[in-house]
Amino acid sequence: MTTAEKYVTAAYLVVLAVILLYVVIYAFKIGRLEREVSELAERAANRDGGAPPRRSSMLRS
Amino acid sequence: MSTSLRNNAAVAVALAAAVLLLTAIALALYWAPNDADQGFSQRIFYIHVPVALTAYACFGWGAWKALRLLWTREARYDLESYTAVHMGVIFGVLTLVTGSIWARISWGVWWSWSERQLVLFLILFLFYSAYFMLRYSTDPGPRRARMSAVYALFGVVLIPISFLAIRLAENFIHPVVFTRDGPQMAGSMFFVFCMSLAGTLALAAALYLNELAGKRLDERLRELREALA
Repeated sequence: MTTAEKYVTAAYLVVLAVILLYVVIYAFKIGRLEREVSELAERAANRDGGAPPRRSSMLRS
Repeated sequence: MSTSLRNNAAVAVALAAAVLLLTAIALALYWAPNDADQGFSQRIFYIHVPVALTAYACFGWGAWKALRLLWTREARYDLESYTAVHMGVIFGVLTLVTGSIWARISWGVWWSWSERQLVLFLILFLFYSAYFMLRYSTDPGPRRARMSAVYALFGVVLIPISFLAIRLAENFIHPVVFTRDGPQMAGSMFFVFCMSLAGTLALAAALYLNELAGKRLDERLRELREALA
């Protein structure tokens, strides 16, 4: 691999790495949101004294 | 727009971005001809310039949404403007890093303070990075939304200055590819550039839609939490 090829590869890999990092951060965020939804569903169920709402109905907007 | 329609649009844009970007990278690395002056290293152009133009587009989009907020006072534009600035900063980081790599191989330095184009882009990037400090130093509400909108609008003034700086400079080493006579490159090179630009714009749109959906969900959860408290 020539020096120019190394630099070009590095430039493209940096872009790819940043996109991948963004996806990983976003995956953590989705995980946090899921935990918060479960927590709220549990809290709502405890307040109503009934069973927790079904997942599909919770996610419907 | 309904949630399912928004989700479908986000998936379609993400798929388009993946196809366009992968095709553009393959064409840039294996099909586009070598530049007569810079040789193989010129291929960084196909990622660096589209990423820089996408950063400008994101900042411009953020400013447009900020203007809409100030005009209509609709709260949703605050989140949209914030998300666009967020995307602009991500693409700004990519512009600076890929530009530095290209500078190292072409000019022998990672950065040149004498280049107005580079310094102005850095100022633009730092200006929008400071947007987050301003935003999070104020309590959420209409006041923060208005302040953030005014700040995002001020920043947009730097975009044409940064874009035109290279043409206003007297002594420069940064290459000028797009002149009044059109793009100064072969047709095949211009085709790959357009493909890459479409790919990065689609990628920014996909990230914007996903990030916006996540932030909206965050807001709704906060409201729910308050309602259940």
